[in-house]
Amino acid sequence: MPAARPASSPSPSTDPATADPGATTKFGEVVEASVDSVVGQCHTLYGAPPLGTLVRVGASLFAVVDGVSTAALDPGRRVIARGAGLESESDVYAENPQLERLLRTDVTLTVVGHEESGRYFQHLPPLPPRIHTFLYACSGTEVRGFMERSDWTALVLASALPTADDVLAAALREAAPHFGDPRAFLMQACRTIASQLPTDAARLAAIMRRLPLSEGS
Amino acid sequence: MTTNGTEPEVPVRIGAVVGGSLSRGLDVRLESARAVEDVKVGTFVTVQGQFNRFFGIVTDLQLESSDPRMASAVAGGGAALAEALSGTTAYSTASVTPMLTMTAGDEGPQPARSMPPHFADAYRASNDDVAAVFGSEDARHIWIGSPLDMEDTRVCLNLEEFVKRSNGVFGKSGSGKSFLTRILLAGILQRNAAINLVFDMHSEYGWQSTSESGYAAKGLKQLFGSRVSVFTLDPASSRRRGASTDYDVVIGFDEIEPDDIAVLASTLHVTDLGVQSCYALERRFGRNWLLEFLHHSQEDLASLADSMAENAGTLGALRRRLSQLQRFGFMSEHSTGGSAVRQVLEHLQDNRHVVLEFGSYGDNITAYLLVANLITRRIHAEYRERTEKALAEGKPQPTPLLITIEEAHRFLDPGVAGQTIFGTIAREMRKYRVTLLVVDQRPSGIDGEVLSQVGTRIVCQLDNDRDVDAVLTGAPGSRELKTVLSRLESQQQSLMFGHALPMPVVVRTRAYDEAFYADMSVPGHGAAPGSASTPSRSDLFG
Repeated sequence: MPAARPASSPSPSTDPATADPGATTKFGEVVEASVDSVVGQCHTLYGAPPLGTLVRVGASLFAVVDGVSTAALDPGRRVIARGAGLESESDVYAENPQLERLLRTDVTLTVVGHEESGRYFQHLPPLPPRIHTFLYACSGTEVRGFMERSDWTALVLASALPTADDVLAAALREAAPHFGDPRAFLMQACRTIASQLPTDAARLAAIMRRLPLSEGS
Repeated sequence: MTTNGTEPEVPVRIGAVVGGSLSRGLDVRLESARAVEDVKVGTFVTVQGQFNRFFGIVTDLQLESSDPRMASAVAGGGAALAEALSGTTAYSTASVTPMLTMTAGDEGPQPARSMPPHFADAYRASNDDVAAVFGSEDARHIWIGSPLDMEDTRVCLNLEEFVKRSNGVFGKSGSGKSFLTRILLAGILQRNAAINLVFDMHSEYGWQSTSESGYAAKGLKQLFGSRVSVFTLDPASSRRRGASTDYDVVIGFDEIEPDDIAVLASTLHVTDLGVQSCYALERRFGRNWLLEFLHHSQEDLASLADSMAENAGTLGALRRRLSQLQRFGFMSEHSTGGSAVRQVLEHLQDNRHVVLEFGSYGDNITAYLLVANLITRRIHAEYRERTEKALAEGKPQPTPLLITIEEAHRFLDPGVAGQTIFGTIAREMRKYRVTLLVVDQRPSGIDGEVLSQVGTRIVCQLDNDRDVDAVLTGAPGSRELKTVLSRLESQQQSLMFGHALPMPVVVRTRAYDEAFYADMSVPGHGAAPGSASTPSRSDLFG
């Protein structure tokens, strides 16, 4: 079903600080890309969205955060411990303002679909995104639009990630609050997953144990 | 027939064909939890193929799972997991046996000899579908009940086809056989499909009788007045019940033939030798052999035995057994000249329907066997003669005669079916326009050859496996029907299949109540005027 794009189409200059909380939030850009997975670097240290967040890559690609890592900017120079004699962790950053420049936070993303002329497709795009394409955490409207159907779960289930089930559960947990009836959304997604795992009820059960499905939640 | 008749119903989709075979039935995957619990054994289903529409019946339901390890995976999984799995990994299928094909533009439903393809949509049959298959009430069809869960739909039985062959109403005691039989008899009577002769063992068809629930059910005489004649063997009983009877039946000993004794052999405990002696006695004494024989004293018997070269012991035992007949009040030592049988025949010739009440003799199987056999034998001979004559002279054949007998296994068990006239009628009398309506609770006791000739079978609940097997013998899809039969409720439900119906159907029998009486009070049939022209008898019966 075609879904309208959010009216406020984000531009690269969008400042996260002033952005409407319901709108998309730019947080990084693509540094490595293939058609089914993307590595992005966050513009700020620790500025990654949580695991499972639906991310828009550029204008038309959708992916979910399947991993977040922070390491030294220069792989050759290992980070050293700096907190000896300091009271707290925040003191470490306060004493070493250069850390913000020496460390980087990366996100890895599993591509789950794309958009073409206003329609969402829950399968892989024809081409990967270009390097330096901006990454945006999706707004509630985009989450509702893209996740109205749950066929994208197949791409996560089929990914080679050892943590695929956790990523999938996290993505569902992140998306659920954006829906009027979160439980109905989760159940509909679980039924889709069940149909994608016809011979593996145990795996479905493992995924569902990670979801807030108990009564009253 | 829809209730409002104006708005077309929206078909309710239940699922899609995912496998199966013509003989085993189609596997229809049910697509909603609602369908799983709503679809029942016996539910009618239509399947829309690309070119044909198929009409079938649900014969079994299965719970299936695409994951063989599912049972262990879901342990302790909770309601949400069950909800996610049901309809996806865990699903239900219905076995649908395709019975009929309805080709667009064709004249009517044909037996299904092909199948719909994979993924053909299956729908719950609408009232219109059922009406298209079972016809609507008219001069030939009688509304007999409704399919389960389709209270507004009428299943109609083609009476013209029904009376062309012998038929059976089977079911255990209290399952509603009598009510069904009453409805059938009344329908046949109203539509002049045949002339009825009812051997009314328990005096429940002629005059009012009380059902097990205490509800008084009108008899045929009350519904149709002078078109029905009630004969009674037990006038005292009839008077006590306030029943109006037309004729008291008296049977002379001279009317009993050795053949009648052969039928009674097992109930009277007469040996084969004894039966042979009866034939010898008849040769010696002629028509009045029985009375003459019974009047012999013990001493005379020895000389009689000598002169006939029979064993005196055999004759003594035979006399003792046969003397039981003298206790029947309807037996007369004076020759009646066969007046009772003649009266029955005259009434039948006059197109009047005859109900023969047995009163207190209904509990005496010997009396029932004797009288039914004796009268029927004469009628058989008469009908045979009349039909042959009509054929020879090119005249219209006599109106079909339908003889209703209860406890039919007594007449038709494998031991005596060869001797009783009922065995003969069941096997061959169709061509002489005499057929049977057997009402019985022990179909397994009926000779298999006779049972295989039964055209239309109406089966209420049966408990005994042998009875179930017997009644389904030779029916197409008997394995599936057995499942259906085993799910029948104990009352007012029956499985009908055979000659007079296009396909087997489970029916909630219509109520035998004031509304039925009102329908029956309309001469001809209860259908709306102008719906179908009432064919004249000559149209119906050539």
